[in-house]
Amino acid sequence: MRTLAVAGRVLTQIRRDHRTLAMLLVLPCLLITLLWWMFADLPGAAFDRFGPGLLALFPFIVMFLVTSVTTLRERSSGTLERLLSMPLGKLDFLLGYAVAFGAIAAVQSALAVAVSVGLLGLDVNGPVWLLGVVAIVDAVLGTALGLFVSAFAATEFQAVQFMPLVVVPQILLCGLFVARDSLPRVLEVISGVLPLSYAVDAMQELVGTADEAVVWGDVGVVLGFALAGLALGAATLRRRTE
Amino acid sequence: MMNNIVITDLRVVRGGREVLPGISLEVGAGVTGLLGPSGCGKSTLMRAVVGVQQVRSGSVEVLGRPAGSKPLRDRVGYVTQAASVYDDLSVAENLRFFARVLGVAAIDEAIDRAVAAVDLDSHRDQVVGSLRGGQRSRASLAVALLGDPDVLVLDEPTVGLDPVLRRDLWALFHRLADAGRVVLVSSHVMDEAERCDRLLLMREGRIIANGTPSEIRGDARDIEDAFLRIVEGEAVS
Repeated sequence: MRTLAVAGRVLTQIRRDHRTLAMLLVLPCLLITLLWWMFADLPGAAFDRFGPGLLALFPFIVMFLVTSVTTLRERSSGTLERLLSMPLGKLDFLLGYAVAFGAIAAVQSALAVAVSVGLLGLDVNGPVWLLGVVAIVDAVLGTALGLFVSAFAATEFQAVQFMPLVVVPQILLCGLFVARDSLPRVLEVISGVLPLSYAVDAMQELVGTADEAVVWGDVGVVLGFALAGLALGAATLRRRTE
Repeated sequence: MMNNIVITDLRVVRGGREVLPGISLEVGAGVTGLLGPSGCGKSTLMRAVVGVQQVRSGSVEVLGRPAGSKPLRDRVGYVTQAASVYDDLSVAENLRFFARVLGVAAIDEAIDRAVAAVDLDSHRDQVVGSLRGGQRSRASLAVALLGDPDVLVLDEPTVGLDPVLRRDLWALFHRLADAGRVVLVSSHVMDEAERCDRLLLMREGRIIANGTPSEIRGDARDIEDAFLRIVEGEAVS
């Protein structure tokens, strides 16, 4: 009940901010179109190779950024302190954010998938709705990590700097640039403990052989990381602060 | 008179500096003013009463329970110095959200009452970010009134407000206190002292006077004068 109150409030705030809403929904569609255009004159199905990875990147990056900045705002404006002096569970707060951003990710990826599959001719062998599931879990992961790192940032400027630290290495090692099994051994091991790798694997599996059991396995791993991130986030929320 | 807030040997250290070196005091029903210069530890003391301040030692009890404990979370209304409301939501949307968090039963009635109490009826559907400073802090105050709390902890709620509005808010604090509530209000403006039932004068983390305004004033010209006499008397002794 209180979780839904938090989620509803976050969604109202975003609905009010037209520019952010437009960026959240339209930008992924434009970027995926740009990617398709880049490969338009090349032979082979390069778009089929990179497109799914990009579908996994958007929800993760965007939700990470949006969440780390908005929770930091809650910390510095005093609203978080007020909420924690009220009968609100820490999990209500965290899950409220996860539900709200998960819902936005659902719409965001529905649009991006519709553009990729409908207009740009991305070949999906598995069920298309499963792409949406991967995107939502991926967004919850971004939200969880964003909530966690916001505890370590004193300003919004610092919060944004966490992106190169937390997000960029995951993008480099997720298998999009170099297939994970072709990476040097050490990097391959590191890639195996980074959650984004599994989200990208799941998307590529859906476009490739489309073994649903493999996809659900990957989804489970990403969800596990997301829940661990939320637990860490809960640990950084203190009712009593200095 | 039952003492609703009981503080015993409270010590708070922030960033290696002792902000409260061990203070004890009791606050009962009525409007109690916590007065002292900026940076004397008023906000820290209030945060300790609400239960959001890390304390080194000592105890704070509110309504017979440890400050910040679960049963108190919907019985203590708290207004921080900064207006703790969402700038991108309207006054009514803010109130609706906090009412849901508090678990208020009749939400619409509670919102109407809170908006009327702080005189924001004509701005209830306006986004908080577009309100003027005084209106924003009243929106924040309205949130604290929502759950009809038994204890109100208000950190400088009247700073920078128009005199007419300030008078109205003090009248509101007294109406709330007359119904048996504890209202603890801080201010760094000494001329608000006369509006309180009881006063706590604070300086450098310590309570230097505790009593009714007339007791503390004694034969001094006003509370500010009394404050100076106490401080200078301490320096001599």
